[in-house]
Amino acid sequence: MNIAKRNFDAVIVGAGGAGMRAAVQLAEAGLKTAVLSKVFPTRSHTVAAQGGVSASLGNSEPDNWHWHMYDTVKGSDWLGDQDAIEFMCKKAVEVVVELEHYGMPFDRLDNGKIYQRPFGGHLSHFGEGKPVRRACAAADRTGHAMLHALYQRNVRANTQFFVEWMALDLLRGVDGRVLGVIAMEMETGEITVFQAKATLFASGGSGRIYYSSTNAFINTGDGLGMAARAGIPLEDMEFWQFHPTGVAGAGVLITEGVRGEGGILRNSSGEAFMERYAPNAKDLASRDVVSRAMVTEINEGRGCGPNKDHVLLDITHLDPKVILSRLPGIREISIQFAGVDPIKAPIPVVPTCHYQMGGVPTNYHGEVVVGGQRVEGFYAAGEVACASVHGANRLGTNSLLDLLVFGKSSGESMIEFIKSEPSALPEVPQSEIDRSLARVNRLDTQTGGANVDEARLAMQRTMQAHAGVFRFKDLLSEGVTKILDIEKQVAQTEIKDKSKVWNTARIEALELENLIEVAKATMISANARTESRGAHVRDDALDTPETPNGRDDVNWLKHTLWYRDGNRLDYKPVNLKPLTVETVALKKRTY
Amino acid sequence: MSKQRTLHFKIYRYDPDKDAAPYMQDISLELDGTERKLLDALTKLKAKDDSVSYRRSCREGVCGSDAMNINGKNGLACLTDLDALGDTVTLRPLPGLPVIRDLIVDMTQFFKQYHSIKPYVVNNTPAPERERLQSPEDREELNGLYECILCACCSTSCPSFWWNPDKFVGPAGLLAAYRFIADTRDETTNDRLDNLEDPYRLFRCHTIMNCVDVCPKSLNPTKAIGKIKEMMLARSV
Ligand SMILES: Cc1cc2nc3c(=O)[nH]c(=O)nc-3n(C[C@H](O)[C@H](O)[C@H](O)COP(=O)(O)OP(=O)(O)OC[C@H]3O[C@@H](n4cnc5c(N)ncnc54)[C@H](O)[C@@H]3O)c2cc1C
Ligand code: SF4
Ligand code: SF4
Ligand code: FES
Repeated sequence: MNIAKRNFDAVIVGAGGAGMRAAVQLAEAGLKTAVLSKVFPTRSHTVAAQGGVSASLGNSEPDNWHWHMYDTVKGSDWLGDQDAIEFMCKKAVEVVVELEHYGMPFDRLDNGKIYQRPFGGHLSHFGEGKPVRRACAAADRTGHAMLHALYQRNVRANTQFFVEWMALDLLRGVDGRVLGVIAMEMETGEITVFQAKATLFASGGSGRIYYSSTNAFINTGDGLGMAARAGIPLEDMEFWQFHPTGVAGAGVLITEGVRGEGGILRNSSGEAFMERYAPNAKDLASRDVVSRAMVTEINEGRGCGPNKDHVLLDITHLDPKVILSRLPGIREISIQFAGVDPIKAPIPVVPTCHYQMGGVPTNYHGEVVVGGQRVEGFYAAGEVACASVHGANRLGTNSLLDLLVFGKSSGESMIEFIKSEPSALPEVPQSEIDRSLARVNRLDTQTGGANVDEARLAMQRTMQAHAGVFRFKDLLSEGVTKILDIEKQVAQTEIKDKSKVWNTARIEALELENLIEVAKATMISANARTESRGAHVRDDALDTPETPNGRDDVNWLKHTLWYRDGNRLDYKPVNLKPLTVETVALKKRTY
Repeated sequence: MSKQRTLHFKIYRYDPDKDAAPYMQDISLELDGTERKLLDALTKLKAKDDSVSYRRSCREGVCGSDAMNINGKNGLACLTDLDALGDTVTLRPLPGLPVIRDLIVDMTQFFKQYHSIKPYVVNNTPAPERERLQSPEDREELNGLYECILCACCSTSCPSFWWNPDKFVGPAGLLAAYRFIADTRDETTNDRLDNLEDPYRLFRCHTIMNCVDVCPKSLNPTKAIGKIKEMMLARSV
């Protein structure tokens, strides 16, 4: 089969916050850049982010990047790489100010500066002080405002978008260097090779591996699937953040900004139970801590509702004016999806799968690094990447920051690399193209196979039951067997729709092939990590003086690497050495 | 939560790969009462018949993907309560745009108009080291404008847009135009007004208000259009 080929300096897969921030950099440098997205750019899931983007602007009270860095390392339960964390926290002010200059409609303080609110885990004085206002916000629509501002800047820079194109696979040369991607135009089903000197994955997260998730339908981990199939390992995939406040039954997110504005979690007797679990930070403790507290309340019979299966997020004591001006989107969401007006009644919430801390291994320049070596021509940024700044648990508002900082830094490293490269690119080996076409062709001809919807549901329910907020040794090992079984169904899915035109059945089947890679990586990595750290908490990891909260620094202060080939696991050390300051020393994590 | 019941869909179907012409298809679906929104029902329907085609992503009314014509009125499937719908639901693609397949329309013209208003803040004063200052009152002027999700419910319910999609900017584009005019950080208000000074681009709006009626984010393009018209007038005297 003869397929079309196009050449670019750079190809970016993904037009969310990370992809579009990188695109600004490349387009403004005058490089020939293609940005591919499954959806129109402003429909990417960054649009759903609510609460804010962190930067120690100090607009409301003293703050500095050292405190921000400390909080991020502690939040990560020391699994984050301290060079990358220093880089991110130091760059925060610069990238947020840039975003403001692009036109981002931040809320304002009376003195005209950007409005900031408190968020979980962000404290003053190296974790010793009170919550600090560090989250820069546009009401509770920060992601929407940010994504639109970035799109607008790209319109101005004349960025070339390929809208509703789905990347199918990563293409590598015989020497392993990355040569671009192969992609399908959704409207026509046409397949094209996008060849480029530099390829950036900014394809977002994969929260749809779980049954109950705050993620959009399109968050199917395509970048992770493509990387895994191309032999790139996935790092720290056992670490999944369960956000404390998803609307019970619907999964839609209620931002932590609600608690930043004074919201309180209550159990069935109306008790503000977080005081017992985190006497200092209370409702603004780190997310993993709050989610576990909630599940403990529910498991011990203090849940609310007829099935005692959720807790309540109460803001009825706040001034309705604050709710209407600072949390208008949340009010809309609770009315739409919980059927309650939060001005009058509390919102039923449960911990819900939200964010993937792991991903494609990169350094803080956005370069993909495997076995200590750069994978030439390959970059990743945003939720698909693991820099690793979030370690075992991400702090709220640090993801939007990650998109800006690493979107920009990967753009910069790509520019440098492209300029140093000779103009002729090596040919893409035909075997690479065939490997991808075979997947599409199988779907055209498969009969009598598994139903996509059923296979996906089986995977999601397995992930939910076997790798949730609390993890159990036996359930994890059973989970591995189950997921490997479901993988066999996924390899045999059958679709009835064979049309070339906008075939969403085919897209969903291809997405499921990516999701299952993520599910395997998660389950297998989680099963192997026999300690508790951050969001990964197991029943068999005990709290002892040597292993505080079950964290085993002697054996497990290291990053997991999962390889698709043979489900092999490997490990690499955590970088405890920041760029210019002293190491944030290991300590038991309490809030 | 809705009750257990049977929902009768009448859906516009068209697959250019196999259909000579579009047709309306009757399909019924059993609801078990756990579905809340129309999108939940559509998801369930698609699990039964994977050829039913529509766009969707966020399922919470912020991405603007799943705009369609629901019982004769434009709206988002993910924000439409099943309880508020009868037992028969007629779904058509957004009116006035070319249909690609089933409920999926070609939005090129819609985005072309959005791009035509130069949707970005232009400020040629050298940027300060920190944020440009803006008072809370000035910032408030952007409320009701910046929240647009580009779903096209409004423009595709506007008769003026149906007749002149290539010449009339349409409510969504004009709302965006005013968003940048209203931003104290933008220095090009005059150019922006010049860009709309034309018998069609702005003045085709006859204040029919369909746009306000359908906007799922409760925005008011007509009001924004009125403000632009006022500014034009003020400028010309
Ligand atoms: C409800 C919600 C609220 C949140 N609130 C906050 C918050 O307040 N603060 C914060 O810091 N973080 C928040 N987060 C986290 C943060 O929003 C996300 O981690 C972040 O937006 C991800 O951005 P991204 O650019 O990596 O990916 P996305 O924005 O998800 O974009 C991914 C892009 O990749 C494209 N893509 C994917 N696969 C393919 C493919 N195969 N081919 C072509 N294109 C593809 C998509 O079309 C899309 O354009 C929130 C997350 C959720 C779900
Ligand atoms: S008010 Fe103007 S823009 Fe809105 S529907 Fe009517 S004619 Fe169209
Ligand atoms: S103004 Fe409202 S209806 Fe129109 S595109 Fe924006 S959000 Fe949609
Ligand atoms: S699916 Fe995003 S607006 Fe409905």
